[in-house]
Amino acid sequence: MAHAIPPPICIPIAEHALLVQWENRIDPLLNDAVQHLYRVLSAMNPPGLLDLVPAYSSLALVLDLAWFDRQFPEANPLQVAQGWVESALKTPGNFEAVAGRLVEIPVCYESDFAPDLERLAAWAGMNASEIIAHHFGPEYRVYMLGFLPGFAYMGTVDERIAAPRLVRPRERVAAGSVGIAGLQTGIYPLESPGGWNLIGRTPLRLFDPQRPEPVLLRPGDRVRFRAISTDEFNQIEQTP
Amino acid sequence: MSLLVLKTGLLDSVQDLGRWGYAHLGIHAAGAADPVGLQVANLLAGNEPGTAALEMHFPAPVLRFEKAAFFALGGADFHARLDGMDVPVGTPVHAAAGSKLVFLRQVRGMRTYLTVRGGFELDPWLGSFSTDLMAGTGGLQGRALQAGDRLPFRQTWSDAAPSRIFPWRANVSGLYPSEGMFRFLPGPEHDLLDEASRQRLETSEWRFGRRANRMGCLAEGSMLALHEKLELVSSVVLPGTVQLLPGGDMLILLADCQTTGGYPRIAQVVSADLSGLAQQRPGEGFRLRKVGLDEATEAGLEQRRVLGRLGWGAICLLEYSLKKD
Repeated sequence: MAHAIPPPICIPIAEHALLVQWENRIDPLLNDAVQHLYRVLSAMNPPGLLDLVPAYSSLALVLDLAWFDRQFPEANPLQVAQGWVESALKTPGNFEAVAGRLVEIPVCYESDFAPDLERLAAWAGMNASEIIAHHFGPEYRVYMLGFLPGFAYMGTVDERIAAPRLVRPRERVAAGSVGIAGLQTGIYPLESPGGWNLIGRTPLRLFDPQRPEPVLLRPGDRVRFRAISTDEFNQIEQTP
Repeated sequence: MSLLVLKTGLLDSVQDLGRWGYAHLGIHAAGAADPVGLQVANLLAGNEPGTAALEMHFPAPVLRFEKAAFFALGGADFHARLDGMDVPVGTPVHAAAGSKLVFLRQVRGMRTYLTVRGGFELDPWLGSFSTDLMAGTGGLQGRALQAGDRLPFRQTWSDAAPSRIFPWRANVSGLYPSEGMFRFLPGPEHDLLDEASRQRLETSEWRFGRRANRMGCLAEGSMLALHEKLELVSSVVLPGTVQLLPGGDMLILLADCQTTGGYPRIAQVVSADLSGLAQQRPGEGFRLRKVGLDEATEAGLEQRRVLGRLGWGAICLLEYSLKKD
């Protein structure tokens, strides 16, 4: 299947950054290709590579030019990076074998935690429990992380409940809030401003700088939501 | 054995050259908004160029050296005074135990960096001392400094000598772009701008908006438009990325920008001009000039060469001077 997608293009977007870009859309096949390239490059971990930024259908390489100055002054760093990408793309990959972990995330959809549920129900022409069922029904893929530390962009959401972002974003969204924005669903790892439709909250900590692994979800993970009661929410929240 | 904050400043945080390698988890690099200023201060103090320093905005804090220290300032000029002595930017200083450092006036620039020889004694988070203000981690307790905070020195000096300003000063003229002219590379979505907007990007007189912070700042002066409306799926953004917002305004990203964004990236300010950009004050005018990858690369290389020479010079002068003492 992976062979069916058109190859990416490499665009230098700064003297120290190369963007590998597939077609501009949310598509599991394109994201498979991103994940594959990400995994190969991070395993290669070539010296002079500072950071990798995998996204929906693109991946950027950020280079440490000071390292190239010192160790490899005659090289053109962007060309070297393009070489890494080309060899990584040729590395055979079995996407099934590298599929991410399956993570279950408990979500309380009670009204205290779901300020946009009624409005979303009206938008979709459904009742609240149908919206909830549509949300926790499918298994989602973590397409990418961004926006905030540990903020996972997951998809794709059932089209019937894929309401657009709020026209006026909230100034404060509580940590753990579960939202919908178009075909994407996500969880706010920290209290922050936000424009997604909030339909629930998880007691899990998506981001905790004190943990050895500060971020709960990784790109490529598969996620299932499990509806929980307020009691269970409180119970889990109080468990260290 | 610390730097004590006597009075809280506007926004003062510990920063180094950033926390790289975690963008896949949504963790942005942070780091000094003006990396050149940070490096100049460190080189003058005889440190590795990326040693963590205190980044200060204006009004800046009032600070006390509880023990003797050897320090330097880089970046903006806030007219620093150490117990009545003027402290120029880019000059090594010996501060006597108990001396007080104040900043009187925002003469030039937005952010100044104070580094002490040997660095501050702090715990790194994910390999960096930079404060991630959004995540509330890194630096000193993950937050901006306030009165009563102490930044302990890693290295202590038993020197009982009075405070002394060393008699040389770094020439930083080649390190910042001249006269509010910033060079840019066309961004991946530059071609989506309509013809007139592509022209305006380069010919307009731009101004930084009032609401500027470490994440970025709005550029005022002209409205830009796309010839084709396009919904972009989120993709990488970097410090220096210029995004076109839905209303036609330009947002120029700085050190605390997110790792990804969904607005068209119409330009990328070249790395060599990023420090100058971070020193631009709200209301100050600037222009943008399109360059090719070769010029951008050469400018970055030249900047790193100048910093390298500055570092050697500073080390030689320090050794000479300390021997003479």
